[in-house]
Amino acid sequence: MAQITLNALSKEVEDITAAYTAAGGNAAVLHNHDLASLVISGNKVLSANGTEGIVLEKKETEHGVDVKLTIKKGYKIPLPVHLCFGLVPKDGLQEINMNFVAEEDSAVELIAHCTFPNAEKVIHKMDAEMLIGKNASLKYTETHFHGPHGGIQVLPKAHITIEEGGSYYTNFSLISGRVGYLEFDYSVDAEKDSICEMVTKVYGKADDKIKILEKISLNGENARSVIKSRLAITDNAESMFRGVTEGHAPRARGHVDCMEVIQGNAKAEAVPIVRVDNPLAKVTHEAAIGCVDKKEVETLMARGLEEDDAIDIIVKGMLA
Amino acid sequence: MSYILSLKNLILSRDGKKILRGVNLEVGDREIHSIIGANGAGKSTLAYTLMGLQGYEHEEGSIIFNGEDVAALSITERARKGITLAWQEPARFEGLKVRDYLAIGARGNGGITEEEIKEALRKVDLKPEKYLNREVGEALSGGERKRIELASIITMKPKLAILDEPDSGIDVVSLKEIVSLIQTLKENGSSVLVITHREEIAAASDKASLMCEGAILRSGDPVEISEFFKNRCIPCDSRVSPPKVE
Repeated sequence: MAQITLNALSKEVEDITAAYTAAGGNAAVLHNHDLASLVISGNKVLSANGTEGIVLEKKETEHGVDVKLTIKKGYKIPLPVHLCFGLVPKDGLQEINMNFVAEEDSAVELIAHCTFPNAEKVIHKMDAEMLIGKNASLKYTETHFHGPHGGIQVLPKAHITIEEGGSYYTNFSLISGRVGYLEFDYSVDAEKDSICEMVTKVYGKADDKIKILEKISLNGENARSVIKSRLAITDNAESMFRGVTEGHAPRARGHVDCMEVIQGNAKAEAVPIVRVDNPLAKVTHEAAIGCVDKKEVETLMARGLEEDDAIDIIVKGMLA
Repeated sequence: MSYILSLKNLILSRDGKKILRGVNLEVGDREIHSIIGANGAGKSTLAYTLMGLQGYEHEEGSIIFNGEDVAALSITERARKGITLAWQEPARFEGLKVRDYLAIGARGNGGITEEEIKEALRKVDLKPEKYLNREVGEALSGGERKRIELASIITMKPKLAILDEPDSGIDVVSLKEIVSLIQTLKENGSSVLVITHREEIAAASDKASLMCEGAILRSGDPVEISEFFKNRCIPCDSRVSPPKVE
């Protein structure tokens, strides 16, 4: 894979690097050629670095970048692949089309930071098709940093197929800055002996709107899954969670777990849905919406914390 | 004798019924004082009232702590004066690590070192290397959470530790450790008010009080109070005929 070095786009590089750091990323990893990485600002690929076992293809489009990332058969990538997607200006549209393939018996961890520090009128769309091959493994962590304005729409949509014996773990986190409008839409087809765990953690404030749509179809025997959602909303924020798990095969096991904490005038709705059409499958769910647990708050107050500090610690713990 | 806590005619009602019927109690400085009584006697209500929990605001009487009436103070203010409470069923904190939880109570004392946190865990018979980074949440057993709750009292170093049934959820073998821990709290300078059913804990106290139907019936030698409770209170149906307060 050819390597594009950081170049004349230095100001943009500098800005996106600063935003990446603010989002919790370690900028040094983007310059370390022993690590695979990809940095996209708007519709520009600022840097791309592949390592052995990784094929990274990218094509700049009018409003974003088409990316194809393939982990070759049998390769266990020892160090995480770092992705940085962002838009530094206060307005704009970014469309990322991602095609990810983890070939048979491969394993990789992707760490993505999405940064929109100045967003006032920004749309970030991601459309992803992901294939986790037979006995392959993908761990995908996506952390967002949005700045204080709330003028952003984040629209990630993904379809994931996990083949026999494969495993997929994803953790989506948007707890720094304003959410703006989030519509998170992931669906998974899980085949025989596969494992899927999807975790979303979002903290909505002011008039943020959060929509989480997750669906896992346990199509294969012994497929197992967990959907875990942790949302905290305050002020006038609104959230809607819909987590669907379908058990279609013998010994498929799934669980949907949603916990939402609301404060102020926030409004929350949680709809866990379980569908089972195989008598040997089992899918369970739990959902809870409420204020911060009184006993937890009083326990921390009894250790000397003010009520607001106690609530802050509890909410941050839930979203950690 | 100087008292760290003095309650005078403490009354609390719920739905028109008196839950605390004029509690009078004195706890000495660096004293281990057990409150013994049957279920429903008002022991936990008394503990929550002393801590100032929401829904446990008393309507009459005074709570004199360290020479000051703290009845109007919030939970936080009482904690900063030196009162704290260990719940019978400790709270679960998702995502909060044991090391961070134990450090919270020590903020008022200028912070705490990692070694002091480890030492507090050892005192409740938990291996620091196993527990420091665990969450104070779902994955811990009831007994483990109980021990961590007690460790958080150790790190806070309060003037008065109110322990609501520290023995519940702890196996019999571990009772000795609980007794030893209570002694440690005393040696560290705390007074300890223990709500308990267990003779072993009462016997290790400096003083005990018997509570029945929302009032302290008698206070004195812990062994005598325990015997009285065992021989007279357990067979007694006090709900039919509430005893007079001495």
